[in-house]
Amino acid sequence: MEKKQEKYLDNSHSYGNYILVWLALMALTAVTVAVAGINLGGLTVATALIIASVKAYLVLTIFMHLKSESKIFRVFVAVALIFLLVSFILLFSDYSFIVRN
Amino acid sequence: MSTQEHTVTYIHRDDIGARMGMWLFLFTELLLFGGMFILYSIYRFTYPDAFHLAAKELNTIIGAFNTAILLTSSLTMALSIAAIQRNQKSLSIFLQFITIVLALGFMVNKYFEWGAKFSHGIYPGSDVLLSKPAGEIIFFGLYYVMTGLHGIHVIIGIVLIAIMMRFTSKGIIKSDSYVKLETIGLYWHLVDIIWIFLFPLFYLIT
Repeated sequence: MEKKQEKYLDNSHSYGNYILVWLALMALTAVTVAVAGINLGGLTVATALIIASVKAYLVLTIFMHLKSESKIFRVFVAVALIFLLVSFILLFSDYSFIVRN
Repeated sequence: MSTQEHTVTYIHRDDIGARMGMWLFLFTELLLFGGMFILYSIYRFTYPDAFHLAAKELNTIIGAFNTAILLTSSLTMALSIAAIQRNQKSLSIFLQFITIVLALGFMVNKYFEWGAKFSHGIYPGSDVLLSKPAGEIIFFGLYYVMTGLHGIHVIIGIVLIAIMMRFTSKGIIKSDSYVKLETIGLYWHLVDIIWIFLFPLFYLIT
């Protein structure tokens, strides 16, 4: 039982760690707003999405404790994200055929 | 005799299962919003110019400010769990309270933002909006549905965190049993992640 209790506590970071992640998230928000002012052409959306993905990764791993959770959680999240990606890819390929015809 | 005593005092507890249950629910949320993001990307691809034009109507400063508010509320939520793990009960309650205050701040901003759009006559089905080109009508339709659904999630989050505050003060959530607070935290962070993607896609189209 004692050992199990300690396992729960593994799911924690120091206050400082959380604040560091928060600072990184705020900095990335500032970057994404600043970059939006520059015309990067076709890369504008890609840049915004990459920055958003980095932010989401930080929230998932640190705030949502995926980094310290058991491996099965990471597997589940990966499977869910892959299915979302598959539905995006299938729909876009379908749509591109509709547009062409 | 001792076996019987054991069965009487044993209370089943599965924190990992509880968290996994919340994650499974979050996956359904992912698909709910994912479907809308698919709709958004198809229409943005179809009407790129109208989306650029319509997005200029949105206030980037309020959007960025709301992003900062929501990110900070995610921080205070994570810190409140760290606090209860360290048995700092009143600090945890205080941090949950700050999370609720920030969430309410987010909704107040949203109210003013939507209010400004409404006073300009831009709301679903209005004459001003319907006289615009098809792409802009779709942009504002998606804007209201997606930020509206996100707003509903924020309101649900506020209610849930308020209940967690009560649980913490009553000692139901304590330093060795805080999975309820953890799962609500997971939900709150997902609401944050959705906004992380909504913000650049609606406010930062240049």
